[in-house]
Amino acid sequence: MAATTHLLRRVFVWELPVRVYHWVNALSITILCITGYLIGKPPAFMFSGEAWERYWFGWIRYIHFATAYIFVFNFIFRLYWGFVGNKYANWKNFIPTNKKFWAEIWQVLKIDILQIKSGGHMSVGHNALAGFIYFFTFLAFVVQVITGFGLYEAMSDNWFAKLFAWVPVLAGNDMLLRNIHHLFMWFFILFTIIHVYLVFYHDYVEGRGEISSMGGGWKFIEEEEFHHHQKEEQKESKK
Amino acid sequence: MSSRNERKSYYEELRHSGYSRRDFMKFCATVAAYLGLEASGVSQIAKALQDKPRIPVIWLHFQECTCCSESFIRSSHPIVADILLDKLSLDYTETLMAASGHQAEKCMRDTMEKYKGEYVLCIEGSVPTEADGVYCMIGGRTSMDILKEAASGAKAVIAWGSCASNGCVQSAKPNPTGATPIHKIIKGVPLIKVPGCPPIGEVMAGVLVHIITFGTLPELDGIGRPKAFYSKRVHDTCYRRPFYDAGLFVETFDDENAKKGYCLYKVGCKGPTTYNACGVTKWNGGTSYPIQSGHGCFGCSEENYWDAGALYARAQPFPGFGIESDADKIGTAAAIATGVGIAAHAVMTNLRKSKLIDDVIEEGKEAEKEL
Repeated sequence: MAATTHLLRRVFVWELPVRVYHWVNALSITILCITGYLIGKPPAFMFSGEAWERYWFGWIRYIHFATAYIFVFNFIFRLYWGFVGNKYANWKNFIPTNKKFWAEIWQVLKIDILQIKSGGHMSVGHNALAGFIYFFTFLAFVVQVITGFGLYEAMSDNWFAKLFAWVPVLAGNDMLLRNIHHLFMWFFILFTIIHVYLVFYHDYVEGRGEISSMGGGWKFIEEEEFHHHQKEEQKESKK
Repeated sequence: MSSRNERKSYYEELRHSGYSRRDFMKFCATVAAYLGLEASGVSQIAKALQDKPRIPVIWLHFQECTCCSESFIRSSHPIVADILLDKLSLDYTETLMAASGHQAEKCMRDTMEKYKGEYVLCIEGSVPTEADGVYCMIGGRTSMDILKEAASGAKAVIAWGSCASNGCVQSAKPNPTGATPIHKIIKGVPLIKVPGCPPIGEVMAGVLVHIITFGTLPELDGIGRPKAFYSKRVHDTCYRRPFYDAGLFVETFDDENAKKGYCLYKVGCKGPTTYNACGVTKWNGGTSYPIQSGHGCFGCSEENYWDAGALYARAQPFPGFGIESDADKIGTAAAIATGVGIAAHAVMTNLRKSKLIDDVIEEGKEAEKEL
């Protein structure tokens, strides 16, 4: 059987700042999770020398704190880009502001997750469900930044760290902050597992360059899908 | 009774008790050092103790074990107990006063009336709020009642210890008596928290001397604790800190590393999350403190430390997941569940989307053939 041949249109979806943000974020979260886990559960080493001869735990903590700064300013930059970037980077991709958003979430659930409906879905940028889940990751970022810098604040004179001086006061006991901070690390680990899997899934099922899009910024969509989106956009702008 | 009416200065009373001027100056220097004052602070303290009439103190005991009083009278300098507690200041304290019954109650009433707005109210212990406060009654009145009356005319309130500062063990879950720390009951009176179970005697003396000398509360942090003693974590002043930075940890209390004096982080030391002066001031006249004796810090001066988790473990159990569940166990279980879910989804995808996938592959193969 000969399959229908599709002409694909190349669409520039992810601008360079979005791509840079994505990989800085991915790398810093990876580093933060690894160093964070080690800080919570340092491995046991046998060592016969003197304490002054090494500083590995100090370095692990140093890397964790330095990466935290990169992570938080990278995140702040992304929030800014949500207002000035292209339509795929806009903040409206992450927060359900209309009925259409909810309808699309349900659509994605039926097609991709529960698979009770066939067909490929048609989002060009983030699909609505992905966008909404990224919104929760942003909330998790905020929780980690608040609890993390709240714990860090007491040992730093840095102005940014001092902005979080209210956190330990509010929590009462630093141990609580530590527990929350530790538990949320697992949110990132779970998110990463699912995120990477779903990117492979979309690439595999749809063949539209999902994986490579975060490299060059391009996605490829079928000619008829392209025209469909064009019409949708026109309808939107008429409203 | 007459001596109280005349209100001699601390110095006069001390000389009367047989202390020399030299002893007195030593005491002033010691306290100035604890308070972190500059050299001129010594003479300020000396002058205040010589000139100012003693401040009347009412020291109440509610839901507590009196370990704060015990700590205070074992402060390294004997004058601390003598000058501030034993002979002079206390107009009313259940533990140490000679009077009892109606006499004692009258003493308190007299002080409250005579020195309204001048006396310092020290509280040891929390206040029960359940069952109309019947769990702590003194002289036929609830502690709540006594506290409210005494605080209304106080110049300042000092919440001694973790009970008064944050409820300590009696407010741990399920808190049957509704034990409540002082700051949640008393509003509108300057209040200082001196947490710890007990607080260090020198810290308690330092706080009192500061109030006597300067007539104001010492500088407080966001939680209401004196900054001079609670701005640093036990961890930051720990003499075992180099072992922490080197990643050398005690694994169990009886291992080789414990003998070598490595860091107690992995056996649950709460030094990194505890704000107190133990590492600097130490206990019993600078003899030792928990970490120095090979036992991790409990975090006894931290709010809710009984419920905040296991005392001898770093990882803490999470409510609702059973007492054996720490974040890593919950996370690992969730990760495994996610992995299983993904595997199931991958299998389902290949079954239910086979047509779609085949089409895409077929299309690609056709194109490849045409090349």
